[in-house]
Amino acid sequence: MSAQSRDAAIVGIYEYPSRDVEGAVNPLQIKAACAAKALADAGLDWKDVDAIYDASESGPMSGLMISEYFGIKPTVIDTTSVGGSSYEFHAAHALRDIRSGKANVALLTYGSTAHSNALAIGAGGRGGGVSPGDNMETFAGQTLVANYAMVAQRHMHEFGTTSEQLAEISVATRFHAMRNPEAVKAMEDLEFMNIRETTVEDVVSSRMIADPLHLLDCCMISDGGGAVVIASAEVAAACSKKPVWIIGSGESTKYPENGGDLTVSAGAHSAPIAFGEAGVAPSEIDVAMIYDSFSITVLALLEDLGFCGKGEGGPWVSGGKLRFDRPNDGPAINTDGGGLSSNHPGMRGIFLLIEAARQMRGESYSQVEDAKLAVAHGNGGMLGARHSAATIILARD
Amino acid sequence: MSDDKASEKKITRPLPRLNEQDTGAFWAATKDKQFTYQQCEKTGEIIWHPRSHSTGIVDGELATKVSKGEGVIYSFSVVRLSYHPFFKTKAPYVVAYVDLDEGPRFLTNVVGIENPLEDVHIGQRVKIDWEEHEELSIPLVRPIG
Repeated sequence: MSAQSRDAAIVGIYEYPSRDVEGAVNPLQIKAACAAKALADAGLDWKDVDAIYDASESGPMSGLMISEYFGIKPTVIDTTSVGGSSYEFHAAHALRDIRSGKANVALLTYGSTAHSNALAIGAGGRGGGVSPGDNMETFAGQTLVANYAMVAQRHMHEFGTTSEQLAEISVATRFHAMRNPEAVKAMEDLEFMNIRETTVEDVVSSRMIADPLHLLDCCMISDGGGAVVIASAEVAAACSKKPVWIIGSGESTKYPENGGDLTVSAGAHSAPIAFGEAGVAPSEIDVAMIYDSFSITVLALLEDLGFCGKGEGGPWVSGGKLRFDRPNDGPAINTDGGGLSSNHPGMRGIFLLIEAARQMRGESYSQVEDAKLAVAHGNGGMLGARHSAATIILARD
Repeated sequence: MSDDKASEKKITRPLPRLNEQDTGAFWAATKDKQFTYQQCEKTGEIIWHPRSHSTGIVDGELATKVSKGEGVIYSFSVVRLSYHPFFKTKAPYVVAYVDLDEGPRFLTNVVGIENPLEDVHIGQRVKIDWEEHEELSIPLVRPIG
């Protein structure tokens, strides 16, 4: 443990409580509200922020305007925008910038009104077709769900993975969501049917969206946002809450290749870098916050993170082992209720950091007893095509 | 009748842009029902999607080849729900990655099947089935035999 980095820590967090803002606020306002709350959580103020990280989700070239909107004068500006995993990239970059002495207090924010705007993210058509890759693909009408479904189909073909095994992920996540009042409220506001703990049978008998993925294999589309404050050890020592140290990070991208393996994600590249830097093994992790756009995302990423071998994910997730109250069966997964059942406004990465930090502080609604180590792994873009991944390892003192 | 034609013309699958500079030549060749791909003459690497520069080595020499148009399904999904104005009228339909025998893996639709829910599987042999449009053709695939 002594080798673990104590250079930068998450010191402030906030998750916007509403998942259906009914047009009353816009994404920028959500970002600002969350930033103020996260700074207050840390015992800091706007003036303390000297590094800003933004995924431009609320508009292009956000690096030009977000500082003005917040009324801050940062000297590090990072607008890495790689989809839903952007916030894990931002955390990695904040660690780098703080460690190098360029920054002391880093602010990450996210805001989206995807639900209010009725964005057809999962089953809409693919975008404008301006990139060469898109110009070769948009004619086929592959929805986002179908893209991930093709990963699941191949995984089933190669390894015998079943829909029932994928359903275990949705079931465990809903179990956690039902313990989280904000997740329950989210499902009510988004008019989920049957807001209760689910069974494997519930998932596999829900409507097929794109074979082999059912409705309950898919995340919600909500409004929402959040903020994370990351600070140097010196600043963290004076903050209100106990520091949650960032002890390792890794980044990668992956894209379609001739003869490539669709069941392996960019996480297979980013995770060993992060675990190696942290000096910990996947078997030591208490809580794994894994981007759950779909059940198959979690299954593939758990394998790529090294919790089990490639192809072993189906048996590994079975029997309720992902729940927070089964600490002897490996890490608890997505203890806030995940994108599947709590919060997915399009780019979920920031919530992975927030819930992982809650667990390290002992503040989760599904608190893993004596949790010491967490991983937050974001996957952005499309798992079955071009995507990005970043892995963040967190530790408490 | 003219009304029908007008609405048919309006709602079509999204067609590629012939003026996209990396991939435009590929689409121009589809008018003659040729599926072209690039291969580096120095390394033998098959490059897909088409582009104007070599990958792998910086001074690669790209040659354009024509595929025989046969391959196997690598993975697929049956889309049951789409909000796209064209595809929502086609559901359920099959999207698939196809590995052509020469190497390129491309995304397409599987056609010429009676039941999309049962008649497609990984490893299935397929061949290109061109869907003609005014300025280009779309390489769909249908099972062989």
